[in-house]
Amino acid sequence: MKIIVNAEPRDVSATDLQAVLHELGFACSAVATALNGSFVAREQREEVQLCEGDRLEVLAPMQGG
Amino acid sequence: MRVYGTEITSRLLLGTAQYPSPAVLAAAVKSSGTEIITVSLRRETADGSGAGFWDSLRETGCRILPNTAGCHSVQEAVTTARMARELFDTPWIKLEVIGHSDTLQPDVFGLVEASRILSAEGFQVFPYTTDDLVAGEKLLEAGCEVLMPWGAPIGSGQGLRTPDGLRAMRAHFPDVPLIVDAGIGRPSDAAQAMELGMDAVLLNTAVAKAGDPAGMARAMALAVEAGRLGYEADPMERRDMAVPSTPVLGLAEFA
Repeated sequence: MKIIVNAEPRDVSATDLQAVLHELGFACSAVATALNGSFVAREQREEVQLCEGDRLEVLAPMQGG
Repeated sequence: MRVYGTEITSRLLLGTAQYPSPAVLAAAVKSSGTEIITVSLRRETADGSGAGFWDSLRETGCRILPNTAGCHSVQEAVTTARMARELFDTPWIKLEVIGHSDTLQPDVFGLVEASRILSAEGFQVFPYTTDDLVAGEKLLEAGCEVLMPWGAPIGSGQGLRTPDGLRAMRAHFPDVPLIVDAGIGRPSDAAQAMELGMDAVLLNTAVAKAGDPAGMARAMALAVEAGRLGYEADPMERRDMAVPSTPVLGLAEFA
């Protein structure tokens, strides 16, 4: 299944968000996620199924002013 | 200073961006004496670079104030705030809804709307706003308990462009914590903000881009403290003409 992760096209075989993060190599506890512009809480990731063409944002702490 | 029920001793809040290295950032945080540092969220790479930064932040012992920098719409800012709350485990959010890309001026209309949404969800919103009094009132109605007016455009180092606007805010909102956010370039700017009765100053670039960031952080801390002490000591009024400070009574006559 082709999805967009942080603006990059990616091919993933997993279907739920938790498994997709794992497949892509993200440390699941240290990132926050949004799917198609909406926040997905950590405890909801296993229940959320991804679809072809979904836009996933995976964010981490960064320096800021 | 009390903000959302939390007692804050240091009146200097420090941003964590643009330092030459993590070690210099850590040194600046330490010499500033700050208790609150601002952070952000950006796209993570699979190597987990964000996690290392987060670990180094926790070592400072400071409270974390995440921002929604770069958000130009209510939807973006609200989503970013929700992600920040989970990631940093805090209800605090420095809310930025940017209305103009050249000046990074806040979109106060979007800001009020996003503040209302986030306050209803239990967030404690620190809104980056202008010195507009009506916008300030609307933000308070939306649930904000602190206002953060800009001093000048972010990163410009111009100092306070409209001191009268800040003075009016102080008069209009006597009991609301006011934090000047953005535009401070030099210690004298920070002192001026505090002399006007602002409760605190938030700055980043002025320290990060100084030749000696740790030295400038210390200078800013002293300026903030001096300005606050000056405000509390009730400065004299300006006069147009000279008034001799040395008594004229008993002056000798030699002519």
